[in-house]
Amino acid sequence: MWAMVQKEFRQLRRDRRTVAMMIVMPLVLLVVFGYAASFDVTEIKTVVVGPDAPAVAERLREPFVVDRVEPQQDREDAVATLRDGRAQVAIVTGGQPQALVDGADLFAARAAVTAFRQAAAQAGASVPEPEVLFNPGLETSVIMVPAIVGVILAFVGVVATSLGVVRERQAGTLEQLAVMPFRPTDVFVGKVLPYFLIAAIDLTVITVVGNTLFDVPFRGSVLTLALGAALFLFVTLGLGVLISTVSQNQGQAIQLAFMTLLPQILLSGMIFPLHSMAAGVRWIGYVLPLTYFIQVSRGVMVRGTPIEALALPLTMLAVLGLAVFGLSLVRFRRDLAPAGRARPRAAEASGTVAAGAR
Amino acid sequence: MSGYGVRDLRVRYGGRTAVDGVTLDVPAGTIAALVGGDGAGKSSVLRALAGAVAPAGGSVQRPEATVIGYMPAGEAVYRDLTVEENLAFSARAYGVRGAEVARRAGELLERTGLTAARGRLGGQLSGGMRQKLALAMALLHEPELLVLDEPTTGIDPVSRAQLWRLIAGAAAAGAAVVLATSYVDEAERAATVVVLSEGRVLLAGPPEEVMAGTPGAVVDSAARLDPVASWRRGARWRTWSPDGTVPPGAERAEPDLEDSVVVAELALLRHQAEEVAA
Repeated sequence: MWAMVQKEFRQLRRDRRTVAMMIVMPLVLLVVFGYAASFDVTEIKTVVVGPDAPAVAERLREPFVVDRVEPQQDREDAVATLRDGRAQVAIVTGGQPQALVDGADLFAARAAVTAFRQAAAQAGASVPEPEVLFNPGLETSVIMVPAIVGVILAFVGVVATSLGVVRERQAGTLEQLAVMPFRPTDVFVGKVLPYFLIAAIDLTVITVVGNTLFDVPFRGSVLTLALGAALFLFVTLGLGVLISTVSQNQGQAIQLAFMTLLPQILLSGMIFPLHSMAAGVRWIGYVLPLTYFIQVSRGVMVRGTPIEALALPLTMLAVLGLAVFGLSLVRFRRDLAPAGRARPRAAEASGTVAAGAR
Repeated sequence: MSGYGVRDLRVRYGGRTAVDGVTLDVPAGTIAALVGGDGAGKSSVLRALAGAVAPAGGSVQRPEATVIGYMPAGEAVYRDLTVEENLAFSARAYGVRGAEVARRAGELLERTGLTAARGRLGGQLSGGMRQKLALAMALLHEPELLVLDEPTTGIDPVSRAQLWRLIAGAAAAGAAVVLATSYVDEAERAATVVVLSEGRVLLAGPPEEVMAGTPGAVVDSAARLDPVASWRRGARWRTWSPDGTVPPGAERAEPDLEDSVVVAELALLRHQAEEVAA
């Protein structure tokens, strides 16, 4: 038995990345996630519209934080504000006041409903009964399914892609590909495209199943969701290839892939609301692609948010995609064009290539 | 340099020099064999020649990628593709299309004895069958330069003969063939032999010249005559006699390529020991 123990320790000593992941990463994750794990909503971003908006805004107390007061706007504008994710609660004044709550922001919505009911119990009929939009039953599944779509796309993109490339390296076939008349981009795209298509099928299946089994609505544009998913896959597939270029074997690739997935699941707003996290860890969420995909998927599916209102998350996904994809392509090229020669297409005429030292 | 090859090649991996100053010339229609022990630099020379690794120095003369056939060390076939699918991938990668794929694949399957296994997954083949498949993949597009890293290692004698027929056939058809081998008897079939040791050329030339240039004498005996300078050949022993004398109980032997390679290694060790002593 001791021979086995000694052998394992010797192997571990040479696999420093695994040791670091086993010792340092849990500590980092504990600290980060400890600060992130909060369902408490202390501030609810509120907009007040209608002719009595200034007076009503004056009377609003915590947890409602007035973001905008728009006396010229009406209920239709208020609904549009919530639909576009610009506020969590909208109060419509003029006549019988109405309190509209964005049910797609589940924890803020629950906190808002509770606050309205407590105020009504204290102040009586002057406080309106809140009307929850988009997710009237405040169902968890309605907001989780669009986020799970993102997790599954991330899983396919990062884990499957990184394993696919590392498997080639371990089998020795990557070296063969490097010698074949492929350009590195041919291999890169050829490697990534099947996973892209599989992820697209996943997206369709999950959306249909979510709608059928869990009554998750689909109020927005299919094309907008498709665009968001494509951009998100752009990032995750690039991340998968990037991981494969720094992993010597499939074990390392899986470890790294999960190290990128775990923070995305916990810090993207999928489980814990971003606005409830400590500011010190919230910024991490803002550099994670899943954060922006969830904004797109929840927006499109649950609220019916139009593409104009999703410009920011879509742009962020595009920027992250360019950065990650570009970096992964550079590293992949280094693996596949070691001799620094152009790889002409098979149809081109043959000739002699002299490769000198660089 | 005529044909393809490398001149004064240096290959480095990080801070380690794997190949230092190797020159190899492979005219079309000939076979060159790289011989040497583990870590001698054979694979690195082949990788640089095929374009899988960038040289740190010297020059490489090779055709463009469409007419290079490369079989890396190991069994570099796709284990989750069938034999036919592996060949089809290789054909498509090298631009072989249409009926030509079926014709060439059928011929290679026949010549490698893999016809009956054409529908089996690469992972379900024996090691030797995978080696044959890898060679067939390297040959399918009828390359001008065929680079083979230990194509017959771990193969049974009958299969070795089969593979050699394919390799010789490719050379006869005009390909320049460079292969690494641990079997010195195989290297004797090559037009040129390059013996590597620690990344440098120990011996180079046609096998008959290499054998003729063996310094001193090689003697044959029933018993081991020297703890360092003797090596077993079948049931008997060979011993290198640097000064050409024949010890009692031994008789002079005509060195073959294996003897010449062993003598070259011993001569190098002797030279290094003398340098240390000086």
